[in-house]
Amino acid sequence: MRPGAGEAGPGTTGGAAMDVPIQPIWAARRRRNQLANAEERAAFLFMSPWFIGLIFFLVVPLVYATWISLTDEQLLRVGDFVGLDNYATVLTNDDSFWTSMRVTLSWVVMTTPLFMTAGLGVALLLNQKLPGMNVFRTILYIPAVLSGVAVAILWFVLLNGEFGAVNQLLRAIGIANPPYWFEDPTWAMPALAIVGLWGIGGNAVIYLAGLQNIPPHLYEAASIDGAGDWAKFRQITLPMLSPTLFFILINSLVGAILVFPATVFVISGGTFRGGPDDSLLFAMYYIYRKVFIEGLMGYGTAVAWLLTLAGCVVVFVAFRLERRFVYYETQ
Amino acid sequence: MSAARNAPLRRRGGALDPDRLVPRSRRALRATAVYAALVVLSLFILLPIGWMLTTALKPDTATIFTFPPEFIPTEYWRWENFVDALTAEGEPYLRYVFNTTVLVLANMTGAVVANSLIAYPFARLRFRGRNTLFVILLATLLLPAPVLLIPQFLLFFHIGWYGTYLPLVVPSFTGNAFFIFLLRQYMRTIPRELDEAARIDGAGYFTIYRRIILPLTAPALTVVAVFTFLGTWNDFFGPLIYLQDPDMFTVAVALATQVSRVGVEWNLLMASNLLAIIPPLAIYFIAQKKLIGGIASVGIRG
Repeated sequence: MRPGAGEAGPGTTGGAAMDVPIQPIWAARRRRNQLANAEERAAFLFMSPWFIGLIFFLVVPLVYATWISLTDEQLLRVGDFVGLDNYATVLTNDDSFWTSMRVTLSWVVMTTPLFMTAGLGVALLLNQKLPGMNVFRTILYIPAVLSGVAVAILWFVLLNGEFGAVNQLLRAIGIANPPYWFEDPTWAMPALAIVGLWGIGGNAVIYLAGLQNIPPHLYEAASIDGAGDWAKFRQITLPMLSPTLFFILINSLVGAILVFPATVFVISGGTFRGGPDDSLLFAMYYIYRKVFIEGLMGYGTAVAWLLTLAGCVVVFVAFRLERRFVYYETQ
Repeated sequence: MSAARNAPLRRRGGALDPDRLVPRSRRALRATAVYAALVVLSLFILLPIGWMLTTALKPDTATIFTFPPEFIPTEYWRWENFVDALTAEGEPYLRYVFNTTVLVLANMTGAVVANSLIAYPFARLRFRGRNTLFVILLATLLLPAPVLLIPQFLLFFHIGWYGTYLPLVVPSFTGNAFFIFLLRQYMRTIPRELDEAARIDGAGYFTIYRRIILPLTAPALTVVAVFTFLGTWNDFFGPLIYLQDPDMFTVAVALATQVSRVGVEWNLLMASNLLAIIPPLAIYFIAQKKLIGGIASVGIRG
């Protein structure tokens, strides 16, 4: 960015604009055009870093990605054009891909409703007009600012099957054979969901902002009409909060489809193995494994496009549902 | 927040407060239930962190996995563990901290400068195609991250940036759609009269940006800076794929590779881990109010 350039043009023309009254009308119009041009030039100059990023980090990679997904490109070897072979192989002859899709889908189905209700629940608690709520809000948001790796290491040890603090507590309250969490294919995903719940404050804060934007007079009117808590929640809170809920739904869906937790890397012993028996082989992990472990750039990109397509379908369906369930005040 | 602050005023006013319609005993019961639930949730958040501190202060691995688990340090206070973690042989922790700090500062500079420059014309200047460009900006928020990952990697690889910090820094100097959007919204709330007054005094666009818009956007810029700090400090997969030389590793990458090592000393690892979460925690407590406000505003507007 060259600061001087944006400054010079309009500064001088701006000063000359004082003389406008004694000029013929066409000259004034031309001056106005010059001003507009100067403003436009300045605007594009200000935005030039964005254009550079748009071209080099977005358009070029996107076109390139389309091309290499049609080749057998590898890291150190330029690929040959193979048509749709990668896509065909992924869809018809790749069990691990379908495992990763199944794992990802279970995660979406399991955690989207769980995290959304939990986040809303926490926000409803924090929205009570009682002293000390700021302190609780501060505490509950802490995990959201911590690094994924640090959180992963912490829970990896806490959820250790034999010595972990969690299982020690479970045994103490009489559960003789608690699950071995990250060491057990059945329990690895629930364990990951527990780690996710630990960070629920991140969602709760967004809900909380939505809750605090609901005008209090709605509740006052409802109280005077004798509405109970549940009726108020059902008839006021939910509809008024539906835009926020929808925003979080879209965010959660995209987040869950592209889920890529450092926790899985840590509990897989610092590899892209994807948990015990591939029970946490999320689609993004599978792509990483294909690309950075096996070096199959073309193939990995084809998988990435398919994942994107699946994500678009899910988000599209969510947007279709928006019209029916989301209430916008301006309607 | 504001609702909570208004509550007492309203209550003093009396008649209109809906809570007045609920019997006092039921209100007390409800408050107790809310506090009980929040205390349980807070313990769920704090006990693991307490366990981490307790473990970090223990003298050896044998004392860690004893029953019952300890969530608050009582017996052992081996503060030297933190020194040991920082100076461990073969694990130059201070070096990782330095590396991460360099990346954080570079990214923060990039984010504050680039995003404010890009947001300014969207908020203030008239130019052809502004609406189209703004739609493109919003559309880039929805772009498929996994698809971009591989060609971006190949791009950086082929221009010789693999194994350097460039792929982890340069993109932040080209703006981030989320931050541009956030800053644009904020800049639109600054009164236009200020720009016009400056124009009459002969100021150019850059002067207006530098002298008027930028200082008045400081609260939103703080949010951008804090988010960038947290994002860069906590980033894991970026440094993992682009860095080769262990001497260039960041704290997150170094920790993740340590945990898989055989014979890891858990007390020292927890000390390292605790040290790694101190900077983000400190920033969080300092900038708490703005940060949560920023998240909330992004949330509603999206």
